[in-house]
Formats: sequence, C-alpha cells, structure tokens
Amino acid sequence: MKTKSILICGVGGQGILTASDLLSDVLLLAGFEVKKSEVHGMSQRGGDVISTVRYGDQVFSPLPALKETDYVLAFEKLEALRNINYLSENGIILVNDFEWQPLPVAAGLEKYPTDTVEQLQKLAAELVLIPATRLAVELGNEKVSNVILIGLLASRMEIDKKLWLEVIGKKVPPRFIDLNLKAFECGYNFKP
Amino acid sequence: MAKELLSGNEAIARGAYEAGITFASAYPGTPSTEILENIIRYKDVIHAQWGANEKTAMEEALGASFTGARALVAMKHVGLNVAADPLFSASYIGATGALVIISADDPGLHSSQNEQDNRHYAVAAKMPVLEPADSQEARDMVLEAVKISETFDTPVLIRMTTRTCHSRSAVELGERQTPPEPEYKSDFLKRNLLPGNARKRHVAVEERLKKLALFSDSFSHNIISKGKERIGVLASGVSYQYGREVFPDAWFLKLALPYPFPINLFRRFADLVDKIYVLEENDPIIETFARLALKIPAEGTTPQKEIIGKDVFPLLGEMSQDTIRASLGLKDMTPRHDGAKVPGRPPSLCAGCPHTAFFYNLGVLKVQSRGDIGCYTLGALRPLSAMDTCVDMGASITVLLGIEKALEKAGKTIKQVAVIGDSTFFHSGITGLVDVIYNQGKSTVVILDNSITAMTGHQENPGSGKTLMGQEARRIDIAKLVREGLGLEHTYEVDGYDVKAIRERLKQEMLREEPSVIVIRRPCVLLYRKAKWSSMLVDKEKCTSCKVCLRLGCPAISSDADDKSLINEALCTGCGVCAQVCAFKAIAFADDKGPHINSVSLESFLMGGQQ
Repeated sequence: MKTKSILICGVGGQGILTASDLLSDVLLLAGFEVKKSEVHGMSQRGGDVISTVRYGDQVFSPLPALKETDYVLAFEKLEALRNINYLSENGIILVNDFEWQPLPVAAGLEKYPTDTVEQLQKLAAELVLIPATRLAVELGNEKVSNVILIGLLASRMEIDKKLWLEVIGKKVPPRFIDLNLKAFECGYNFKP
Repeated sequence: MAKELLSGNEAIARGAYEAGITFASAYPGTPSTEILENIIRYKDVIHAQWGANEKTAMEEALGASFTGARALVAMKHVGLNVAADPLFSASYIGATGALVIISADDPGLHSSQNEQDNRHYAVAAKMPVLEPADSQEARDMVLEAVKISETFDTPVLIRMTTRTCHSRSAVELGERQTPPEPEYKSDFLKRNLLPGNARKRHVAVEERLKKLALFSDSFSHNIISKGKERIGVLASGVSYQYGREVFPDAWFLKLALPYPFPINLFRRFADLVDKIYVLEENDPIIETFARLALKIPAEGTTPQKEIIGKDVFPLLGEMSQDTIRASLGLKDMTPRHDGAKVPGRPPSLCAGCPHTAFFYNLGVLKVQSRGDIGCYTLGALRPLSAMDTCVDMGASITVLLGIEKALEKAGKTIKQVAVIGDSTFFHSGITGLVDVIYNQGKSTVVILDNSITAMTGHQENPGSGKTLMGQEARRIDIAKLVREGLGLEHTYEVDGYDVKAIRERLKQEMLREEPSVIVIRRPCVLLYRKAKWSSMLVDKEKCTSCKVCLRLGCPAISSDADDKSLINEALCTGCGVCAQVCAFKAIAFADDKGPHINSVSLESFLMGGQQ
C-alpha cells in the first residue's frame, strides 16, 4: 500500500495532540507502520499547532509532503486555510466550523478573513464543514470537539470502526468513556 | 518483547532504562525536556534530577560515572554551550561507568535562538557522536552508547534533532541490563587534569580516536543498503528517512555513527556508485569527511566521484522530502494558496499570566528591557512590544550592565531594566547579578518569579519546593538570596497582579542611583487552572472603546461588533489586571462565578496542594 498522510491542525489547547495519538494507536492496531510528528514548545502558548500522521506498509519520513497529503483535519477555519497547501489534488479537508481569533486580530491589528470557507471550497477537491465545537457543547463538554472531529475523519477512512471504539475505550479515563464514545458517534454519523 | 509507539525522547528514556543507566540529569529545554520527564517512570532504579543549568547537570553525571555507575545527561543544543567546559574535560578523563550525553538540536529554530549543529562539538572534543534516524534507533543508540563508552573509555554524544525527538514510531522493547555496582575508586592520573596529567591524557584521547575510526567502519548501525542504480545516498539522522522517499532506487550508506567518520566503509560504498548525494541536517559534516576521503583515495581505488551536498541542499532549517526534491528541481513548490494573506497566530502570554501587568507598565513608563529566555520573551511581541534584546540564558543582566557602563563612560544614561525568570536566574542570572553589585552598577534587575520553569512545560526548579522525582525540597527564596546572600539592600517583592504597585516600584527604581532587584511574584497561572475562578465582565455602558485593555495582549480580551471590549469567559482566569488598567471602571469581577484568583495568598498557594 502507498503511504498515506494525515495532517491535523488547530490552536494550542484544542486537543490536537490527543487526537493524533488516538489516530496513531488505531492505525497501529490496524497493522500499519505508523509515524507521527508534532512540534512542542512555543506553539503551546496560543500559537498554531500541527501534528502529522503517516501510515502504510513501510513509512520512512514522519512528515507529509506539500500537495501530497490525503486528509487535512482542521480544528479551526483559519488554520485550515494556513495548511491547505499540504492537501493533495484529490485530498479531503475536514474543517471545524469555528473561528478562534489570533491575538493580533483580537487586538485589532489585523483582520480575520470573512471568506475562509469560500477560499477552501475553491482550493480543495472535497470540503466537509462540521460545527464540532457547538456539537461538543451540546454534548456537555467543549473539550470533546477533538473526538467529534476524529469520528468524522474515521467515517472517511477505510478502517474498521471497532478499532476506533477499542482505542477510545483503552485510552480515555473510565469516567469520560461514555462522553467520548458519544462524541465519536456524533462525528462518525455526521451528515453535512 | 512488545512494540510501542514512542517519541524519540521517550525512546531515549526507555533505552536508558534498558542500558542500566542509574543516574540521569538535565536542564529542561525544547526539544529535549521529555527525556528526563520520561526517565522518572523508572525512578525505582534511576536517580533523576534537574540541574540548575546544563554545566552543573553534566558535571554531576560525570561524578556519577566516576563511581562506575552508568550516567546520562540531556540538554538542548544551546545548553551544550553552557556545558562545553566539562564536556572537553570529560573527553580527556574518559568514562569509568558509561557517560552518555544527549544534545537535542533544533534545525528550523522551532523554539531556540539559533540552529547550531552540535556534531561539531564531538569533532572538537574528540569523542564519538551517534545520530539516530527514528525512535527505534534512539533507543538502540543509548544501548550502543553505553557499550562504546565503557569499551573505549570515552563519553559519547548522541545528537537528536527536533524531528527525531518529537516524532513517534514503533520501538521494540527489551529487558533491563543489570548495571555494575558503583564504588568510588581514586584515579588521580585520569581525573585530576593538572597539566602534567592532562598532557598524558591527550595522548590517550588521540589513540582512542584512531581505534574509534576503525570501529566506525564495522559498526553494525553504519549500514550499506542495496540499490538498483549507480546512485548513492550518504545520510545521517532523520535525513535518511527523507532520502528513502526521494531516491527509492539508490544505494544508501546510513551513518548512525557519523564521527569518527568510517572512511574505509565509505570508500567501499563510493566504489559501488557514480554519484553521491549527501543528506544531513544543518552543517556539511559527513559531507566534508566524504569529500576528504575521496580527495585522498586509498591506493588503487575510487576515482573522483560527483558529490552533491550543501552546494545544493539547504544549510538553513529542517530537511524534508520536499526540500530535497525542491533543491534538485524535482518539485514545484508554488503554493495554490498564498499563505501570506492568512493572519499569523503567534504564541502569546496566557490569559491571567502574571508577567502581563509588568510588561504593560514598562510600556507606560517607556522603560526599555533587556530580556532573557523563557515565557516572558513573549513580552517582546505585539501589542506589548516590551523587550528590546534577548541573547541567551542569563544575558539580560550582563548585557544591561555592559550597556550601562559603556554609556556612563560617555556621560549618558537610559531607562532600562533587565528581565529574567526564576529558573533562568538560578541557571545563570546569579553570576551576572554578582557582576552588577561588584562593579557598582546602578541598574534594576526584575526577576519574574512564577515558581516554575514554565516555558518548557512546568518543570520543577530550585524555587518550586519539589524535585523532579516528586520529593519535597527546600525552596530557595530569591528575594532572600539577593537581599541576605548578596547583601543587596534594595530588594523588593511585588505581586504580579498588582498593576499600581509594580508601576510605583519601577518609577522609584528608575530614579535610584544604586543597583536594585524587584522580584515580581505570582505562580504561573497554569498552576491555578485546576480550580474554577471568577472571570471578568465588561460593562458595555461604561466601556468607551478606548482599547487600553487590548494593549495588555491578553488572549481573553477582544472587541465585539460594536467595538466594545469583550472578555472570553472560558479563557479568562479573573486575574483582574484589565480592571485595574480601565480608567472608566468598565471591567469588574463576575462575582457569582467563583472565588477571585487574587484571594489565594502566594504563600498558601506555594505551600498548598494546588500544584
């Protein structure tokens, strides 16, 4: 199998690294070689965060290539636009319909673009927009928006659903399992 | 044994456990920090500690090695500059128990002030360097380093890079080796580097290097793999992985032990191909050795080959399959979307950060600051824009003194302070302050004491009251150290959330013709995060849209559609700083939402269980 690449992006604090850990564990369980990459440090202070996962029969580079990434999962709209260049010609971009103003925007020094979705539509072969943050709040905890997004990604990948549920069961602390399974189903069954 | 998905740093920790390491020390620094944080998973068998800086950490590891114990010390690349003094001595002394030194380089400057290549240190200090290409090799190289260290009586450097530290791949785990029983036996000729002893040690070092060069030729992780075409790729570190993506049909010579360079192995490799690409991050180190090896061919072998290295591939930043392809003209990197139009998302001080009020005051008083390394370096960014210089750990104080003295000689003065955090002050600020006092400086040093090493993710330090292993420790009181230890009379403590007190204190110290220290205290707001505190609320009637609160650069504050200030309740911690800077009393505590963060005294917080 040709190596596939997934890029997850968003803002520090949105649960991006937890999401990419979960994804990597599922892929490992599915029998693939998996490499995951992330950058710590400065990015944790409200900056943009990227985590990438590559899988296949044999994986060398932990980094995805520009214009060759199969899935981009964006936790925030501006971050989707920032990373759209990674997406391959036939790639799918899954975007949380959510705006988080960067500090220069909040401080009135710059403007948040008003046409992010239109721009993404023009640039991506397939765009799926999901109000994951709102759905998470409806489920009772904004923090599970990351698992909703992972659920949506899972619905587009050819990996047995049982494996996702198994990893969530193993990784999540017992008192949060129900909530996280609900969040996963919410994303998995989402119809745009 | 089982396979696990580990980061390079976790794999180093695992390797340390399996190799029978019993002593580990470090000073935290991205991308190396998680090595020690993971080693404490094995604290039953490994003693692990944070040093005050990388030099102390390295010397402590060397001391441990003197007993025959196996020791590991970890740091980021620039940390090795601080520890360079003991590094060079350690090379002459050698290793009784293994001495493994991890340097985590940061090509691309994800979180650093430069992108130096620390393999140069191995060459300069005449010791071997290992360069893992993934997590499996990170684990394997610790085991190999221990073997090499004890066999050849040498410290061993392991060069990690951000990408090997922070990417995860499968690692096969093994059992722990039984470490040797430590015992201190005197070895005067080796360990006391009096010139007479050191001269003899230098002879041993040169002999050792020759033996290591032969070893490098046969080292099992310096591997030639077969290709289909007469194209060769010489690679080390993660660049090897990128190379495999770009050149699927090439022959590869992967060097996990790039120095001493395996010259005979390389010449055999060169005979198999017509053209050699050299892939390595940062500087052309293996490339230089490779070119040299072909310039002076062994008798009857290897005519001149074409070598493609840093003349084509970038010296700057990280490598990737994309940079290799782009350098060779194999890929069009023109973006489909112009990223320049997307507003940047720079990191910022957190909502409720106890440094914010201080930086805001610097702007109000038009005082320049000489900065240092830590979260508070973010005070340099818009809208605070309150830091003019940032050089290296501890340089805030010393640069300040240099500027003061140079201007003084010309009869000039400027309003300036040094800004340094608690951990950085312990690391290398104390000696600078000694210089200020001794040389009769007149400047003010501001120590932002949040009781933790925050930037790298909350590591304990001598001011935290806890050790890396979780034991209670005597908390070193910075104000007391300065006032009573260094005898600096004008030492003051101010609360980080008290805007007015900070401003008044700064004003007074700007007038004073003597040196002074202001310790601005308040624990890092992330330590408070476990509790729910009252947030702040804007009274839209009173808000005049003057935007003074926005100048704080607090991520919780923005403007609404009517241009009135808006506070994000989820992010706000209710530090109350914005209420203090609002001249129209338009911001107040939303009192029904929990207690005020200010109501917890600093002392009770530091002593209490909230950490």
